Amino acid sequence: MTGSNVVLEVKDLVTHFPTRTGVVKAVDGVSFKIERGKTLCVVGESGSGKSVTARSILQIVDTPGRIVSGSMMLHRPNGSSVDLATLNPRGPEIRAVRGAEIAMIFQEPMSSLSPVHTVGDQIMEVLRLHLKMSKADARARTIELLKQVEIPNPDRAIDRYTFEFSGGMRQRVMIAMSLACNPSLLIADEPTTALDVTTQAEILDLIKRLQQRHGMGVMFITHDMGVVAEIADDVLVMYHGKVMEEGPVDRIFHAPQDAYTKMLIGSVLKLERKADIRLKRAPIDEKAPPVVEIKNLVMHFGSGNNLVKAVDDVSLSVRPGETLGIVGESGSGKTTMGRCLMRVYQPTGGQMSYRRADGSVVDLVAADKHKLRECRREIRMIFQDPVGSLNPRMTVAQIIGEPLLVNEIAKGAELDDRVADLMRQVGLEPAWRERYPHAFSGGQRQRIGIARAIALNPRLIVADEATSALDVSLRSQMLDLMMNLQDKLGLSYVFISHDIGVIRYMCDRIAVMYRGKVVETGETEQVCDAPNHAYTKALLSAIPRPDPRARRMGQRHRYVA
Amino acid sequence: MTDVTFAAVDKSRLAVASQWQLMWWAFKRHRLAMVGLYVVGFFYLIALIPGFFSSNDPSAQNARAAYHPPQRLHIIDEAADGSWKFNLHIRPYVLRRDPTTLAAIYVEDPNRKVDLQFFTQGYEWSFFGLFKSNLHLIGTGDARQPLFLLGADRLGRCVWSRIMQGTQISLSVGLVGVFLSLLLGIVLGGISGYFGGKLDFSIQRVIEFVLALPTIPIWLAMAAALPQDWPATLNYFMITLILSLTGWAQLARVVRGRFLSLRTEEFVTAARLDGVTEGRIIFRHMLPSFMSHIIASITLAIPAMILAETSLSFLGLGLQPPTISWGVLLREAQNIRSIATAPWLFAPGVAVVAAVIALNFLGDGLRDAADPYNK
Amino acid sequence: MLRFLVTRFLWMVPSLFVISFLAFVLIQLPPGDYVTTYIATLAASNEIVDQNQAADLRQRFGLDQPMIVQYWKWITGILLRGDFGLSFEWQQPVSELIWERMALTLVLTFSTLLATWAIALPVGIYSAVRKYSIGDYIATFFSFLGLAIPSFLLALVLMYLAAVEWGQEVGGLFSEKYQTAPWSWGKVVDLLWHLWIPVIILAVSGTASLIRVMRANMLDELNRAYVTTARAKGLSEFRLLMKYPVRLALNPFISTIAWLLPNLVSGSIIVAIVLSLPTAGPLLLQSLMAQDMYLAGAFILLICALTLIGSLISDILLAIVDPRIRLE
Repeated sequence: MTGSNVVLEVKDLVTHFPTRTGVVKAVDGVSFKIERGKTLCVVGESGSGKSVTARSILQIVDTPGRIVSGSMMLHRPNGSSVDLATLNPRGPEIRAVRGAEIAMIFQEPMSSLSPVHTVGDQIMEVLRLHLKMSKADARARTIELLKQVEIPNPDRAIDRYTFEFSGGMRQRVMIAMSLACNPSLLIADEPTTALDVTTQAEILDLIKRLQQRHGMGVMFITHDMGVVAEIADDVLVMYHGKVMEEGPVDRIFHAPQDAYTKMLIGSVLKLERKADIRLKRAPIDEKAPPVVEIKNLVMHFGSGNNLVKAVDDVSLSVRPGETLGIVGESGSGKTTMGRCLMRVYQPTGGQMSYRRADGSVVDLVAADKHKLRECRREIRMIFQDPVGSLNPRMTVAQIIGEPLLVNEIAKGAELDDRVADLMRQVGLEPAWRERYPHAFSGGQRQRIGIARAIALNPRLIVADEATSALDVSLRSQMLDLMMNLQDKLGLSYVFISHDIGVIRYMCDRIAVMYRGKVVETGETEQVCDAPNHAYTKALLSAIPRPDPRARRMGQRHRYVA
Repeated sequence: MTDVTFAAVDKSRLAVASQWQLMWWAFKRHRLAMVGLYVVGFFYLIALIPGFFSSNDPSAQNARAAYHPPQRLHIIDEAADGSWKFNLHIRPYVLRRDPTTLAAIYVEDPNRKVDLQFFTQGYEWSFFGLFKSNLHLIGTGDARQPLFLLGADRLGRCVWSRIMQGTQISLSVGLVGVFLSLLLGIVLGGISGYFGGKLDFSIQRVIEFVLALPTIPIWLAMAAALPQDWPATLNYFMITLILSLTGWAQLARVVRGRFLSLRTEEFVTAARLDGVTEGRIIFRHMLPSFMSHIIASITLAIPAMILAETSLSFLGLGLQPPTISWGVLLREAQNIRSIATAPWLFAPGVAVVAAVIALNFLGDGLRDAADPYNK
Repeated sequence: MLRFLVTRFLWMVPSLFVISFLAFVLIQLPPGDYVTTYIATLAASNEIVDQNQAADLRQRFGLDQPMIVQYWKWITGILLRGDFGLSFEWQQPVSELIWERMALTLVLTFSTLLATWAIALPVGIYSAVRKYSIGDYIATFFSFLGLAIPSFLLALVLMYLAAVEWGQEVGGLFSEKYQTAPWSWGKVVDLLWHLWIPVIILAVSGTASLIRVMRANMLDELNRAYVTTARAKGLSEFRLLMKYPVRLALNPFISTIAWLLPNLVSGSIIVAIVLSLPTAGPLLLQSLMAQDMYLAGAFILLICALTLIGSLISDILLAIVDPRIRLE
C-alpha cells in the first residue's frame, strides 16, 4: 500500500445531456475523494445530479449523457493509477474496472436484476468474467457470498429467481454480486430507498459490516439525511449538478456553512419534533363524541390459499378537530384501511360509524348508494400520487370545480368564484385556473389535490401518504398548509404515512399497524417516546436520526413475529 | 418530460394547452406521419369526388382501345420552324396489326397532337345523387379523343378513371368495416373491462379464440354463402360485415385493456369520491383519455380492412363487378397472359400499397402522440 | 407449471369443439345444397333431373336430415373413424383428398415461420440497438412496405417478372415429372427447390410486422435497469446484449406465433391460389364455390385446428422460457 489511502479522486467532473432544446448540465464541475474503508455520502434532492455523478465514474451514464471534462483517478493497491475519464466507455480497460475494482448497487433491486436468470447465474457471471473461475468454483464462491449477505439456505437460494425473493433479500443478492470480486470501491445508488425502514436498517448494517471486513471505500448516494447521519464519514451536498458543501459528517450537521445545506438540514430537523402550530393550539376536547368510530373492521382479498387479510379486526376512532396518524410499513394494510374508510373497497366485515354534522350516525360499511354519496361530501381524500390523481385532460378549475358541479352546489359564475377562492386558500394563483396539471410542479399539484378535497366543506379528510412523493424541503410546507386549513375549517384528519417524522410533526394520536392489525394506539408523544409494543420499538429504533452524534443502528430492537 | 418534449412551444401557451393541442404538437414533430396525413387526406378527397379526378367514364367500354397502353405525356411542343413552348399534350395512338402475328399494337401518331386541359368538361358524374357536374381535373375536352393516363383494360376501359372510382369503394369499405368492428369491439370490450369477473373471463376467451382463427378461410366460406345475384349495395354491406366479424376482436382487446388500466387510475377513483355518477365518469373522465388511443387503433385497423377487401375481391368472392374496387380491378391482372401484355393492370395494386403505407404512417404517428403526458 | 399446462390443454377441447361446429355452420350457410348446384350444372348441359331423383340424391347424402343430426354424424365419423365424409364433386372420401395437401400446407407454413424468424430476429435487434442509424431506417422502410403489399400482389409481380424477364412459369411445388410421382428423395429435393418462392412471398408481411415487434420489445428492454447492472459488472456490450435484453425480448416475441400463424395460414391460401400450389388453398376455394360441403368443412376444420394448436404451442414455449410464468 502506498502512503495515500485514497481510492478514487474525482476532479472537475462535467457530464452533459444534450437534448432537443439545449444541454442539460447534470454534473457541473464536481470534485471529491474517497478513502479506503471510509464512506462518502452524496446527498441531494431529486435532480441534483448525484446519481449521474455515480454513473459517470463507471462510464455507464444513460444515453445521450456524455462526460465532457474532468478526471477520475482510480488508485490501485499496487500503487498504479488510471484516469477513468480517459478510457473508452466500451473498451476492455473500463470493463476490467467495472464489477472488479469498482462495483455498484442500485435503487430498485427488482428491476436491477434480470427476472429470467437465476440469482446464481447472475453472480457467477461476475466471478467467471473477472476471476476466470471454473463453473464449480464460481458456484461454491457464490454460495459463500450468499452466506455472507445472510441469505437463508444459500445452496438452494442460488437456483432461485429474483421474483421469489422479498425486496430486502433482492438487495442482499445485489450486494453479494457487487462484493464478488472484492472491489476497492462500492458505489451504492440509493440502495435502501425502495425498502421499509426496518429492512433499510438491516441493509445499512450489512454494508457497514462488509465494509469493515473488506476495507473498501463506499460512495453512498441518498436523499435521506437520517441515513447520511447514520453511516457517513464525509458528506458531499449537491444541488443542480454542483457541490454546495463538502466535509466531515459532524461539521455538515452541526456547523453547516452553505445556505442550501442549512435549509436542507433545517427542513429535516423541523420534522424531528411537533409542529409549532400544534404546540400552540388549545387541547382537543376529549369528551366530544368521535367523528368516526371504526369497530372490528375486516378486509380480505382473494380466497382459499391466496386469502390476504389486508385489514384484520381493526378498531379506531377519530375525534373532531383531531389528526389520527396511521403508521406502518408496506403491506401493513394502512392504505387498504384508508380506502375502506372511503368505501373505495367494500369491507368484508365490521362497522364504521360516522357521526354527521346533525348528530345522526351512519354505518359506512352498510350505507346504501344514496347515503354514501351524501357522506362522501363530508369525508374526502387526498392522494399520494400528485400526478396520477389529477386528470391530465382537465384544467385546474375543472378539477377543483368538479365536486361542486356534480353535487349541484355551484355553477356558472358562482362556481368560478368558489374555485378562485379555493385556489387562494391553498396558495395557488386564481389566474392559473385555465392551466392543465402538466404546467404545475409536484408541490403545486398536491395543493390542487388539497383544494379539491376541501371544496365541499368536509369534516374528515383521509390523507394517504400525501407528502411521500415530495422532496423533503416541501414536506413541512405542505403539512403546515394542511394544519392551517384544519384549524380554519374545523377538519379531522386520518393521516396515513410510513414516515414517522411527518406523523410526529402533525398528528395528535398514532395508530401503529403491522400485518393488518393495529398493534398500538396512543398519544403521539407517548408512542414516539415510550412505545409499549415490541414492533413499535423495533420500528422506531430502525429509523435513522439526522444527527451523527446519535447513531444507534447497532443498538436497535429487532422484532420477529 | 412534458417540458422537454414541447420546449419549442411558448411556456404560457403550453400551460393552457389541452390534450388535443398537445397531441397535435407531438404529432407534427413526426414528419412521416404528417406525410401520411396529407396522403390519406388526398386519398379520401378522391374517394369523395372520384368523378372529378377521372378523365373517362370508368364503366364505358371502348372496343377500339382494348389493352391501350398508357399515353406518353409531352411537355414541350415543338413547332415546325424549330421554335418551342411548354404545352402539355398527347399524341393519339393508332391501332396497327403486326403483319406477321396479326397481334394488335398501338403506335403513337406523330402527325396528330391533342392538347390537355385542366378543369375541363367531360362526362357527367354525380355527387352521391346530390348534384351533378361534368367538371374534370384533366382531360382532352373531346369525347372522341380519350385520355388514357394509365392505359386501358381488356374491354378498353380507362384504368386511371377506374382506380379513381375504386378509391371510393375500397377506402369506404375500410371505414365502414372498422366502424362496425369498433361498435362490436367497444360494446364487448367495454362490458368486459367494466364489469370484470366471469363476464370478462368469458369474453376474454372468445376474443382469444377469434384471434387464433385464420381469417381468410372463414371469410371465404362466409362470402361464398352470399348469393351472387344480390344488389351491389347489399353485397357491399355484407362484405364489410363479414370483414368486421373477425376484425372486432383486436379492437375489443385494446378497448378492454385501456378500460382496465383507466379504471385503476387514481383520478378516476378521485372522481368517484367527488360524487360523480358512473355515466359522467365514463364520458367526462375516461372517454377523453380513451379517444386518442381508439382513434390511433382505428387508423391502424383500416389498412387491414382494405387489404382484406382487396384479397377477397381478387379471389372473386368479395365485391362483384360492375362494382369497382381496387380488388375487383386487380382481378383483371389475375392471369399471367393479360399482365404480360398489359403490365399497367398492376396500377390498382400501387394504389393499395400507397394507401396502406400512408395509413400505417398516420396511425403510427397518432399512436405515438396519443398519450402526450407519459413519455 | 403442470397446472398451467393441464388447464391450457383442457381449453383446447371446447375450442376445437366450437371450431368444428363453426366450420359446419359455415359450410351450411349457402342457400341450397350440393344437389341444387349439381342439378344446376346438369341443367346447363340440358339434362333434366326430376324431383324424385333429387330427393333420392339428398337421401343418399343425408342432406334431408336436420342440421344438428348431420353435424353429429359428421363429427362422430371424424372422431371415431377419421372419416371426413364424401366429396360430392370428386366422388371420393374426403380423407383421401386432404391429407397430402394439408401436409404440404403445414410444410409451407412452417418453413415460412422459420424464414420469418430467421430474418426478423437479427434485423429487429439491429434496428433497436442502432436506433436511428441508416440501417434502422432501411429496415423500417422495408417493414412498412412489406406490411402494405398484399401477398397475392407480390406473387403476381413475381410471376410477371419470371414470365416476362426470365421467360419462365412460376408456380406449383413440383416439377412436372414429380407432380404425380410417389414420394422419393428426388421429390423432396424438388419440393425444396420450388418451396422458396412461396416461402419468400409469404414471409414478407410476417417479417415486416415481426421486425416492428422485435424492435419495440428491444427498445423497451434496452432501457431497463438490469442492463445497466450488467454493464456495471463489466460485461462486453455484445455479450450483455445477447444475454439480457435479447433474452427478455424473446418472450413477447414467442407469443407472437399465436397471431402470426393465423395470418400466415390465411396468406398461404391466397398465394397458393395465385401460384396454383397443391396445398389446401386452391381446393378449398374450389370446394366452396361448388358447395362441396364435406370437403370444404374438412379444410376449414383442419386449418383452424392448426392455428389453435399453434397458439397452444406458443403458450407452452412461453411457459418453458419464462420462469415467471412457469413458477406462478
